Amino acid sequence: MTAFARTLRAEWTKFRTVRGWVLASVATAALIVAFGLVPGMRGSCGKTGPGSECRLPVGPGGQEVSDSYTYFHQPLSGDGTITVRVGALTGLLPGDDPNQPRHGLAPWTKAGLLLRAGTVQGSSYAAVTTTGAHGTRLQYDYTHDLAGQPGGPGQPDTSDAAGGSSGTGSAGPRWLRLARTGDTIRGAESPDGVRWTMIGSARLPGLATTVQVGLFVTSPQYSGEVHRGLASGAFGGPSQATGTFDHLAIAGGWTGTAWQPDVVGGERDAVGDQLDGPATGAESVERVGDIVRLTGSGDIAPAVVGAAGLGVSLSQTLVGTFVGLIVAVVVGCVFGTAEYRRGLVRTTLLASPGRTRVLAAKAAVVGTVMFGAGLAAAAVVVVLGQRVLRGNGVYVHPTPTLTEVRIVAGTAALLALAAVLALGLGTLLRRGVTAVTLAIVLVVLPYLLAVTVLPAGPARWLLRVSPASAFALQQATPEYPQVANLYTPVNGYFPLAPWAGLAVLVSWVAVALAVAALALHRRDA
Amino acid sequence: MGCVLRAEWTKARTSPGMSSLLATMVVVTVALSAAVAATADPLPGADLPKLGLTGVQLGQAVVAVFGVLVMGEEYATGLVTVTVTAVPHRAMVLAAKAAVVIGLVAAAATVAVAGCVLVGWLLVPTGAGVPTGALSSAAAGLHAEVPVPAAPSPDAVAVRPAVGSVLYLVLIGLLSLGVATSVRSSAVGVGIVLALLYVLPIVTAVVADPTWQRHLRQLGPASVGLAVQASTADPEIGPWTGLGILVLWAVGALLAAAILLARRDV
Repeated sequence: MTAFARTLRAEWTKFRTVRGWVLASVATAALIVAFGLVPGMRGSCGKTGPGSECRLPVGPGGQEVSDSYTYFHQPLSGDGTITVRVGALTGLLPGDDPNQPRHGLAPWTKAGLLLRAGTVQGSSYAAVTTTGAHGTRLQYDYTHDLAGQPGGPGQPDTSDAAGGSSGTGSAGPRWLRLARTGDTIRGAESPDGVRWTMIGSARLPGLATTVQVGLFVTSPQYSGEVHRGLASGAFGGPSQATGTFDHLAIAGGWTGTAWQPDVVGGERDAVGDQLDGPATGAESVERVGDIVRLTGSGDIAPAVVGAAGLGVSLSQTLVGTFVGLIVAVVVGCVFGTAEYRRGLVRTTLLASPGRTRVLAAKAAVVGTVMFGAGLAAAAVVVVLGQRVLRGNGVYVHPTPTLTEVRIVAGTAALLALAAVLALGLGTLLRRGVTAVTLAIVLVVLPYLLAVTVLPAGPARWLLRVSPASAFALQQATPEYPQVANLYTPVNGYFPLAPWAGLAVLVSWVAVALAVAALALHRRDA
Repeated sequence: MGCVLRAEWTKARTSPGMSSLLATMVVVTVALSAAVAATADPLPGADLPKLGLTGVQLGQAVVAVFGVLVMGEEYATGLVTVTVTAVPHRAMVLAAKAAVVIGLVAAAATVAVAGCVLVGWLLVPTGAGVPTGALSSAAAGLHAEVPVPAAPSPDAVAVRPAVGSVLYLVLIGLLSLGVATSVRSSAVGVGIVLALLYVLPIVTAVVADPTWQRHLRQLGPASVGLAVQASTADPEIGPWTGLGILVLWAVGALLAAAILLARRDV
């Protein structure tokens, strides 16, 4: 038996034989599970109970999507092109007072040309569109977004915190063109209808011969942040937009049927529930001579969790991690400081003079125990917590299996590393109370401040540098730049990539252990 | 009782770190309040007295450490055997410690809160905000985290947040003393108290269900106790009702501590 194995065994025996520590480790797991499986969340669609869970349309990539818009279309068989001029784009946004909407455009309000496999929600599409504040775009199949020239007919809402800037392109009318060749769709734009610029092309695999092509307008859920001193919150609501189109021209294999107005999504949902489309009730299609005016509300984009979306993400079932974390921190810290309480440390160091080895063995023991507790608890929550929520009518965004594995292992690693960090601090400070306070202030307080008090900028900064950045391991749903949303920790979004967040916490732990080892060497026991 | 009280007072006075702990409490409380008051850009409708008392959020952690250490040190050093040998009536020891905590924390908290009020008065732009019902954040079904002020407040109201904050810190100190005595360990005690003060608000914020959110807010010691800081009464928790619930927490912790102290071996 090597020296390290002997030390490891000695430390494991110490841990195993203190009843309080074993009970606390079990409690860590039990608390995470209890918070994860607590029922009582209200259903996402205003209803509670089994079977009332509402569903979002599923796009061609298998992801949930928002798909609501006002459409003016006719079938196209085979190849063809469509050209139109977007003359004006105006809209209404929710204000601080819900009864008094103000004039303005959401950054991702869209008005343009849309080609779809069908009007069924979630079907494959390609669109070339002007936007509220992001210039001309070519978007297809919900997650793809190519940028064209900035500017456009809409007046960008510069007072908006969640959106972008107006860009440098010229304002005013914009000409758009969509051309289909087989399953390839090319989008082009022009300021005057003479000089055309290609934006890009999209390939829609397996596109049927006959597709629907036409004009569309939609305007997404609007969300803004409010800061009243130290209190922060979110406000928002549906927005609507009106696009005015003229110079509509078509060429190619058009079937010659009449243009057909349609309001897709919103209140026209199968179960009678409004899902993603905010359905302001103002959707309309007007045609006066050559001018077509569409008013729409909703979005054609990936569905997100949070102010601009529906339901919760898997991360929100793991809220018990915080409680478990406190227990893990206390156990890790006391495992180090208890040696000093009754002078056991002298015996320990006499028996095993390699002081770094003792620290490493302690870290290995407490880390492994907490990793095991976290792994078991998170696995139970991730597997069963979703079912409890769904059974209660809460929409939980489905998560790929690999992401679920990362969340489970990440939660375990978070607990283990926090315990080891506390062990390092405890060994360094030799006083349990200071070490526990410091560890909690380092790991939990940044998250609390980011969630409750700080505005978005400092909150994101804090979650990049503090040990709390490792909560990024629990992020379940991706952020999309083409969806304006409040991507906040409460909704399960973190500023760092999962592995980067883990790396930050590991660095903190490494520094704490190194300093603790150094102190252990240099000072008297 | 007089002798016991004097003994405990001597312990608290001479124990290393205790006075610097209270000084730290004053400094961090005033410092955070000053930082907030200096950087805040209060919009109309901001609750200025509450804003100026933000430092209490951080100061309470130091008060918790203090309350925990008053008893925790006895167990850490083994002094507790001597103490209960000298004073066999254990509840009296606890009562004397509670009196010391009340006195010292009240004194330090008064200084800290007075500093906060002064700093807020000097740094927050005058006339920037009178609480009004301007902010209605619950637009269109989005859950709001901003408490919506219901009515304009009378002028004398700024006294209540200040006095309430002092009482709040004293009660947190007593709660910490009770918890530490019950678990016989400083580290575990401070872990429990900080979990109540800091983790419960996180859980409250993340829980999506409004009913559960309300229940948690009406139970958590930090959220009920700090309701006293709101200039305009919180619709869910009355200022003095909230402090009353915190009194129940503190009394409950001290009762549990007294029973455990009397029944078990030290």
